[in-house]
Parts: sequence; C-alpha cells; structure tokens
Amino acid sequence: MSNENLSLTLHIWRQESSKSVGSFEEFKVSVSPDASILEMLDEINNGLEKEGKIPIAFESDCREGICGTCGLVVNGHPHGPLPKTATCQLHMRNFKNGDTIYIEPMRAKPFPVIKDLIIDRSAFDKIQQAGAFISFNTGSAPDANVILISKETADASLDAAECIGCGACVAACKNASAMLFVGAKVSQFSLLPQGQPERYKRVQEMVAVMDEAGFGSCTNTYACEAECPKGISVTNIARMNRDFIKAKFISKEVEV
Amino acid sequence: MIKLDSKVPEGILAEKWTNHKFEMKLVNPANKRKYDIIIVGTGLAGASAAAALGELGYKVKVFTFHDSSRRAHSIAAQGGINAAKNYTNDADSVFRLFYDTIKGGDFRSREANTYRLAEVSNNIIDQCVAQGVPFAREYGGMLSNRSFGGAQVSRTFYARGETGQQLLLGAYSSLNRQVKLGNVEIFPRREMLDVVLVNGRAQGIIIRNLVNGKLERYSAHAVLLATGGYSNVYFLSTNAMNSNATASWRAHKRGAAFANPCYTQIHPTCLPVHGEGQSKLVLMSESLRNDGRIWVPKKAGDTRPPNEIPEDERDYFLERKYPAFGNLVPRDVASRNAKYVCDEGRGVGGGRAVYLDLSDAFKRIGKDGVKDKYGNLFEIYENITGVDPYENPMLIYPAPHYTMGGLWVDYHLMSNIHGLFVLGEANFSDHGANRLGASAMMQGLADGYFVIPYTIGNYISTEKPEKVDTDGSEFIDAEKNVDDTIKKLLSLNGKHTVDEIHRRLGHILIDKVGMSRNEKGLNEAIKEIRELRSEFWTDTKLVGKAEDLNLTLERAGRVADFLELGELMAVDALNRNESCGGHFREEYETPEGEALRNDEEYAYVAAWEFEEVGKWQLNKEPLKFENVKLSARSYK
Repeated sequence: MSNENLSLTLHIWRQESSKSVGSFEEFKVSVSPDASILEMLDEINNGLEKEGKIPIAFESDCREGICGTCGLVVNGHPHGPLPKTATCQLHMRNFKNGDTIYIEPMRAKPFPVIKDLIIDRSAFDKIQQAGAFISFNTGSAPDANVILISKETADASLDAAECIGCGACVAACKNASAMLFVGAKVSQFSLLPQGQPERYKRVQEMVAVMDEAGFGSCTNTYACEAECPKGISVTNIARMNRDFIKAKFISKEVEV
Repeated sequence: MIKLDSKVPEGILAEKWTNHKFEMKLVNPANKRKYDIIIVGTGLAGASAAAALGELGYKVKVFTFHDSSRRAHSIAAQGGINAAKNYTNDADSVFRLFYDTIKGGDFRSREANTYRLAEVSNNIIDQCVAQGVPFAREYGGMLSNRSFGGAQVSRTFYARGETGQQLLLGAYSSLNRQVKLGNVEIFPRREMLDVVLVNGRAQGIIIRNLVNGKLERYSAHAVLLATGGYSNVYFLSTNAMNSNATASWRAHKRGAAFANPCYTQIHPTCLPVHGEGQSKLVLMSESLRNDGRIWVPKKAGDTRPPNEIPEDERDYFLERKYPAFGNLVPRDVASRNAKYVCDEGRGVGGGRAVYLDLSDAFKRIGKDGVKDKYGNLFEIYENITGVDPYENPMLIYPAPHYTMGGLWVDYHLMSNIHGLFVLGEANFSDHGANRLGASAMMQGLADGYFVIPYTIGNYISTEKPEKVDTDGSEFIDAEKNVDDTIKKLLSLNGKHTVDEIHRRLGHILIDKVGMSRNEKGLNEAIKEIRELRSEFWTDTKLVGKAEDLNLTLERAGRVADFLELGELMAVDALNRNESCGGHFREEYETPEGEALRNDEEYAYVAAWEFEEVGKWQLNKEPLKFENVKLSARSYK
C-alpha cells in the first residue's frame, strides 16, 4: 500500500489556554501516504516530546469515525476536504507532495478553545439533557416486538440517530447554528412511535437550551450537511422546524 | 490470602436470580436519596448503571475522562447484541444462550453469572426499544436478527454496523434524563487515579481534573468501576486511544484481586497492520462472517491477485476444518487458524493477512443487499486502505480486541474490597476464557440496568456504610500518593517518549502473550517487561506541568500501569498449564491442534492479589459445573 513519503508544510493552531491569544505554528514534515492525519500529528508530537517541547494538544479516541471526539478544521473544512469523513479517517494519500495544510480547531462562540486544537463542546450535552430522551424507567418496557415499526421508519430514524455529535455542522455554518445536530436528535424520536408522547415538549425544550447556549439561526446554506461526516440530511432541520411550529399551536403534551 | 466468596445462591440454576432478588435486602425508596454512589466510566455499563440508579433515587456522581459521556468506547461496537428472544423460531432459549456462552468461553466462567446474563438478555432488548433505539427491522415491522460466531441460531439484534453507538446513545439519553431530574451529576474530563478505602471499604476516589490538572476528592457510600478492558496494553489494538486499565489497576494495588488476566481476545476480522507509524487497529465486524468466506491460497507463496486464483486452488480453511460452524466458529478458533495459515507462508497482502470474501453474497443478494447490511463497514475499509472492497476481497488479520480477564467480582458484582463494584468489561465474570460475538454489549447493559440496581441496595442495607468526609486521613494519604506519582513522572528526563516505551511493551506482549504462548516465551516476556519497566522509570522524557492540560502526563500514568499489568498477564499465562479459549499454550494442544484444557487442575479462577510491584499471590476460586457437562469444545 505504501508509496513514497509526502513532503508537506503544515500551519497548526497553537493556543496555550482559553484566555491566551493563539497563532499558527509552521512545521515541515515528511509523512507516509498511509498515515492518517492524526497519526501524522502523533509523529510530530513524538518529535516535539523528544526535544523537550510541549506537544500539540488535540483530541481523538476511537479513530474509526464514530466517537466524534476528533474534529479539526483542515484547510477550512471541518474534518477536511473529503465528504462523509471524520478527521481520524482522513488519510494523507488524499494530499499531494508539496501541499500546504492549515489545521485549526472548530471555531464557534459556544465552543471555546481549551488548548491548541481542543475545544469545549459541553453545550451539546446541555441541549441533550434538556429533552433528548424518552421518559420511562428501567424494567417497565413491554416486549420489544409489541411495538411494530416499519423498516422505512426505522431506517429513517437510524439515519438521523447516526449523528456523532462532533460539532462539524456548527463549525461549517456561518451562523454557528446547531440546527442539524438538534434536528437529528429531534427527528430520531419524532419518527418513532415511542417518541410521540413527548414529541412537542421535547422540541421546545431542546431548542430553548440551544438558543440559550448562543448557537445561531439556520439560513439554509446547507453547509452543515455538506461537511457532516455522517451525511446527516437537512431534512431533519425541516422536520424539527415543523414540530417546533406545530408545538406553538398545541398544548405541550396533547396533540389536538 | 483473600477470602473469595462467590456468593452464588443455592438452588436450581434457572431460579437462582429470581429467588435471590427476593432474598436480597432493600433500601426504602425515601432512603435511597440519602446514599451517594460514585460511578467511574460512562460506557454501556457505567451509563446504564447511572441511569438505573438515578431512576431509583440514589444520588449518583459519574466520572469520565472524555469531554462528553457519549464518547465512551462502547460507541465503537459494531455488530450487535445477543438475546434469547427466539423471534426467528430457530429453537433458541435462555438455556441455549447460556450454554453457547459458557461453551464459547471454554468452560472457564461461573455458571450462575453466565446464566443470569442470558436470563436478562431479553429485558435488554425491550429496554432499548422503549428508549427509542432504532434497531434493524423487517418489512412487517418486526425486529430483525442475524447470526454471530459460536452459535447456530440467529439471535443478534443490530443497527447496521453501529449497534454500539445506538445502544450507548440510548443509555446516554436515559442518563441525561436523570441529569435533568437532578439525580445524576456528570463530571467530564476527569480521570480516576486512586480509590479511597475507609475501614476497608471503598468510600471515595481521587480524581485528576484533566483541564486544569488539579486533584479532586469525592466520597460516597459505594464506588462502581465501569472502566472497560485493557487491550491497549498491546499498544496496537481495536480499543480507542484513551482506553486504559488505570482505574482497575489502581484498585488492584489497593487490594482488589485481578482475575484471569491472561484471558485476552484477539479478534479475527481486523484490518492488517500497515506500518510503524500506525496508532491503532480497526475492526471489521464479525457479522461479516455471516456472508463472508475466509480463505487463503492453497499454495504457499502464491502472489497472484485473488480474482486470478481459481476456486479449486483456494483453501476456505475454516469451512474445511469446521464444517458445522464454518466461518462462524468462535473468535479464538478463527484467529488462531488465520495465524496458522500465515505461519505456513500462505498469508496474503504481504504475508500477515487472509481474505474475507463476500463475492458469494454479492451473487446471492446483490451489491445493494450487501450494502444495506454492511454499508458503513465497506466505507471504513475503503477509507483506510484505499481499496474498493466491492471489487476486491478484504484483507483481514487478528488484532487484540477484548479482555475477558478483569477485577474479580462475586455474584453481586462486588470485588473483594467491600463497596467496590466492577461492571462490564472491567470485571472478569461472564465470558470465561473467550467471549462470543455480540455478548459484550449484552453484559455491559445487563450489569448496569438489571444487576447492580438490585445488588447495590443489598450492600447498603446489609453493611450500612456511613457517609465519610473527604478531609479524612485516608483521602489525604491517597491524594498524596497520586501527587507523588505525578511528580515522579514529571521529573523523568531521559531519552524515550512514552509512546516509544508503550510500543515496545506491545511488541513483547503480542509476540509472547498473544494468540499463542509457551513457557519459554512467557519467561522471556516477564524478564523483558521488567527491564522495560525500569527503563521507563529512568529513561523516559516527560514534558509539561502537572497543573495544566497535559496529554503526555495522562499517557505516562496509563503506560506505567500497563507495564505492571503486562507482567501479570504473562505470570498468569505461565501459571495456567493448559489451553483454553483465548489462552493457547503451545505445549497443550490436541493432535488436531485444538486447545487442550486440563479440567482436573485448572477449572478455577486465578485471582491475583497484589503484594508489591512484580509480586503477586495466587488465590483460586474453584469453578463448579452442575448444569453443563465439561466437554472438549467442538465446532466441527
């Protein structure tokens, strides 16, 4: 699989803490095309540590594109230039020898930088805690096949539920809107029979916390869908908007 | 010597858990809110326990080193979760799931624990569906099932190749509900570095805040560890980068016995190693073995591309050796056989890989049919290798994936330290010497949703732990202990980086304590690990400060623990003079090359008690089999 190494010029964002001013630091590297972009950063860090220098702070965990921990903006694109790819899945064979690459954190007011490329996305958890659940207690569930759900419905719900909560949609949006993230979760439950009892209450509570956290509005540029590593569709935003508007006309709990 | 009391209830196997639930003492609903519970880890076991205990009214504090509890490594589980629903009418039952699991584990697990796991498996599916987990469905609206290794029935529930993600997000949603209701508090970006014992009971933990580096103390009436397995001891594994054994290991050094550390699972279907700069290995779900056929060329050194090798020159070695189970033999059997054909020089893709070929499935259900079932796995494959798996068979090779060993627990999931409970992969209890596919998620959720809510109440009402203050001497001492270790690590100014040492440890372990082991290799491994450990403590270089976000320091602490655990794995493997499941000793094999158990001498759990670094005492819990007949595993 391996070809010759690529020689690259990297400009990587360094910022000591949330309160300090950051800037790009330049690195010249030679990297295997089989390496992922995070493995390239591992290599740089190994070298920095050997020289007694502070390594570049970046986060990652599963390195399979499912945990949502990593999320770097590469040449202006959250998770880099490839569609439906998380940062950890971006391999260097997608770049050319001699390329210059800019690597920076996902930037949005509700996602403050903690250090270098690490950001604070706890606003996402707060939105989920506002209502992204079905209220029932462990042990009280009926037999699973009592609730029949068509394959199409289950598939559509799973399409929405695949969101990895990485924040790329927010970073891609000129308004720093979190509508794709919130719309995906709202849709997962709105599509399913189990989600119906709290459907209209849920959407209102989640949207309220989303607004409070400082995320912007959606102006339909679809940049979020284009950059989403899981290809979550903007139709989820439309579904959330319908539910939200409908909720304003009905009481919170009972659809009339 | 530790007294190992398994607390397995008397009575008929199928009635043990039901009767015991009645026998265990209760905490009255109004009193539950007076009890604080600490849970470390937010994977399937930790999140489900936190949600279930919060629902009961306990005051729960949950800690995770992730930025969000949703990112625990359970999220990466792909293929599915078993349950004995028998929705497919193929003669499944609780007893069959129990039997398959205990046989798959090569008769080295506790009957009662494994039976209980099978018994609550059905509740888990009901629970997850009610939570809104979008499992795969048939057109008529019923839940869909597929098959996994080690079973001849279809009992695995799934959501594409992302079942772990969906189950974890389900548990996370229930956890979030309890956060909103004020019963659970989540502490992200915190790493547990010690457990605090007061009068011999676990009553608190010492935490390092990973953002500012400050040490924090928390107290509670009981401490639950749900901190996962230790496959990352091998450096290259399918585990996430941050998965580690530190919480378990620090508890071990405080007195919790570590059971069967040599039982590690090397998963057969992973992407092969491609180079030295590689940071981790990626799993391709075992579910692919439903439709995929594994083969290598019959001739050694055959370098023709796969599509130019005619059918009669291919060796479908699993189908040939195990006609009854074929490609769906248990993981240890599939992995070992892949290693054998590669050792014979018949490996492909550079020598350390075999083909996983889905072309028959393409013919049978079409590419779209395959895509519907495994689409995301094919994307992962192409993305990493740059090769289109719709056109070429996949290259796969075994990789460390799961650890059956872990902290010793009784039937209540309590370690030998009272008040310290261990859930999920972090404990040793249910899978014996080998875990069957689609059983890890089952165990994590069984422990969290359906076991701990009962047993914790019994502990509190029987032993009546008191609330303790974090200003006590035990907390001060434990914090000082942690602080000293951090200072010692940061004072290291040698020439190796932490990753370099970790990588070398991984090489020793995969070579000598990996898919097959022998006495000579194990003795060498022990010596080499000891040398590497002293090299680590003298010649590593750390940078940065204690009171700051310091990723190097985080890794260094974990690698320091791996360097001790790795030795214990080899010690345990050397002690166990038999082959069973994932522990294959070359000296003990049948004439056909299968694992040869020694039930007379080794039908016990090896629970190691820490004395000092590099020195342990062995305690044995005998395994009694009253409901299954011990037999040589046969998948032929």
